Amino acid sequence: MTTQLTTAAPPAPAAARPTRRSGGSTLVRRRQRWGWFFVVPFLVVFALFLIFPLCYAFGMSLFTSTLATGTDFTGFANYAKAFSDPLFMEGLLRVLAFAAVMIPAQLLVALAAALVLDSLATWVSKLSRLLIFAPYAIPVVIGALMWSFLYSPRFGPSASIFGLVGLPTPDFLASDTVFGSLVNIVTWQWAGYYMVVIYAALRSIDPSIYEAARIDGANGWQTATRIKVPMISSSMVMVITFALIGTLQFFTEPVVLRNIAQGAIDAAYTPNMYAFSLAFSYSQFNYASAIAFSLGVLVFAGSYVFLFLTRKQSGLK
Amino acid sequence: MKSKLLAATGIAAVAAAALTGCSGGEPEASCTNEIVNPEATQVSVWAWYPSFEAVVDLFNESHDDVQICWTNAGQGNDEYTKFSTAIEAGSGAPDVIMLEAEVLSSFSIRDALVDLSEYGAGDVAADYTEGAWKDVSSGDAVYAIPVDGGPMGMLYRQDILDEYGIPVPTTWDEFAAAAQALKDAGAPGVLADFPTNGRAYNQALFAQAGSVPFEYDNAKPTEIGIEVNDQGSKDVLAYWQGLVDQGLVATDDAFTADYNTKLVDGSYAVYIAAAWGPGYLGGLSDADADAVWKAAPVPQWDPANPVQINWGGSTFAVTSQAKDPEAAAIVAKEVFGTEEAWKIGIEEAALFPLWKPVLESDYFRDLEYPFFGGQQINKDVFLPAAAGYTGFTFSPFQNYAYDQLTEELFAMVEGEKDSAAALDDLQASLEQYATEQGFTLN
Repeated sequence: MTTQLTTAAPPAPAAARPTRRSGGSTLVRRRQRWGWFFVVPFLVVFALFLIFPLCYAFGMSLFTSTLATGTDFTGFANYAKAFSDPLFMEGLLRVLAFAAVMIPAQLLVALAAALVLDSLATWVSKLSRLLIFAPYAIPVVIGALMWSFLYSPRFGPSASIFGLVGLPTPDFLASDTVFGSLVNIVTWQWAGYYMVVIYAALRSIDPSIYEAARIDGANGWQTATRIKVPMISSSMVMVITFALIGTLQFFTEPVVLRNIAQGAIDAAYTPNMYAFSLAFSYSQFNYASAIAFSLGVLVFAGSYVFLFLTRKQSGLK
Repeated sequence: MKSKLLAATGIAAVAAAALTGCSGGEPEASCTNEIVNPEATQVSVWAWYPSFEAVVDLFNESHDDVQICWTNAGQGNDEYTKFSTAIEAGSGAPDVIMLEAEVLSSFSIRDALVDLSEYGAGDVAADYTEGAWKDVSSGDAVYAIPVDGGPMGMLYRQDILDEYGIPVPTTWDEFAAAAQALKDAGAPGVLADFPTNGRAYNQALFAQAGSVPFEYDNAKPTEIGIEVNDQGSKDVLAYWQGLVDQGLVATDDAFTADYNTKLVDGSYAVYIAAAWGPGYLGGLSDADADAVWKAAPVPQWDPANPVQINWGGSTFAVTSQAKDPEAAAIVAKEVFGTEEAWKIGIEEAALFPLWKPVLESDYFRDLEYPFFGGQQINKDVFLPAAAGYTGFTFSPFQNYAYDQLTEELFAMVEGEKDSAAALDDLQASLEQYATEQGFTLN
């Protein structure tokens, strides 16, 4: 209900246009030429760097090259192989598991931080906002490298921290703990960014609504859960979509961590890593294209389904 | 809409990653070095040796007909990735490339390397040991000219072993006893590390017990023999599993910051290393100033029949994209074909020469190494090791084989399976991969 307030679209002037365009006076034609002049650079870049590579990769994925027998046209055989390839499927399940854990974690941290910062109005909140955002400003690779040192039993602080309490130091890079270690890195890195998005949405709410809520006797918790969160639901949907796409394409953090935990993070840990290893370590460019393309389609489908299911909250109809 | 576009961009990014090949060839390479004779044929070279520039200058000054144009395209896999992409793209590869012996088959099967036997490789064959030459050949074909090797020895901390009164082990039984003694004495470190990602290192340990994991001949490129789970390998791995289970050795990943620190701070008393190991150790910072390093032969299973092994080693190969294969072959054969060049390689870059005129010279035999307190490690350890090495055959999908080996060893160290099962699983996965790749199993 409240969402309608924020998403009411301005009346579209589009209806008036076609009649004018059909006129065909020299002035209009000249204007159209200028229109093309502005659009063409974008179209060229778009075709060159998006359409062409996509078609090229798709074309590549229709061939099969093996080390011993050379390259043959095999149609969709690589796709059939991909979806029966245990390494690809395990990787997919793994990123889905990551999505199930990581997205709620990032969202909760970001939302909680944004709500707290929104209700504070001191210099502390400004400083905290900056500090929470700081991890996002660090390049992903550097962040992951930094954490790989923090996790290290030798350089990291864990030995001394756990030593204080008299507990044995956990191994953050064993096969059963590395999942949590990765979730931690990603949440640390991205929660601040999502916090800023949510915070900006919160600031755009008309303060008179809070006043009305106060007059109605709502306390802080009620204002947060009944007014603020529903009113920023479109931003939340956007944040979740970003997080979903990012998680399904999980790549950089496990690649960096793999340098110090090769056994726990194998070459096919996530589908993106699998595609990368196939292409550049095992020189199977065709199959790698098929894996990359399949993943792309799945990410597209996944985000589309999510946006469809949340179309009411997001205001996209 | 925004998110659709974002998703599409995501797809494109993934696709682009798989596609860097289509970016086309690099423009005519810009050389890191100065060209002395601009008139002469230029040969582009990728190599990552430290202090290589001096060797290049030496070559260029002594050759009127051919000049080297050198680029450092990264070390190991970084360079291979670029080379691999250039092969796929059909352009962008250099004329001559530095490759480790273990990846030669992986590139020759993709027709990326020129068979140098047609360009006079036979003329220089006598300058190299049998083992070194076998590493670069497949059947009658010769895919590279050897440069440096990695005969293995045992580097150890004399001060630590002395402190706990442990004799220097010469057999693997003594090695295990030493590990036990060190633990019983309450030493803060362990005797050694068993890195599950040791790749060529682990394979060398298996080879010492007679493992011949791959049989492959370029004359029959679609046939391969795979035997990674032979009795020798199983015995070796069972031995290490025993040490791991009793906590007598560490299981850190090799070549990580942790590992490097432990190498130099006394956490490991022994470093089973190749001849390039001292150079590697010397390059690590924060070394323990009191450390007393010595070199000894690698421990043996049967001291009556010692078996020498090799870890690493580099070569120069001519790529199939070479504009002038004849000139490129001259570079591959002659760049490390002089005593002056080798003096630089040995003293500045800690290379172990495979070129016999230097390998067998008094100069190299008697060289004293300050890092080892003046010990003549070549005479004591590495020259006999190199002489006893008979060569090794790698698979044409060595990267895959290494990745699988790492996973199986890790599973063993984590207690998920025992050593024999790990090797049997490795055998099964490699056989399956080879079949998928169109090979017939012998």
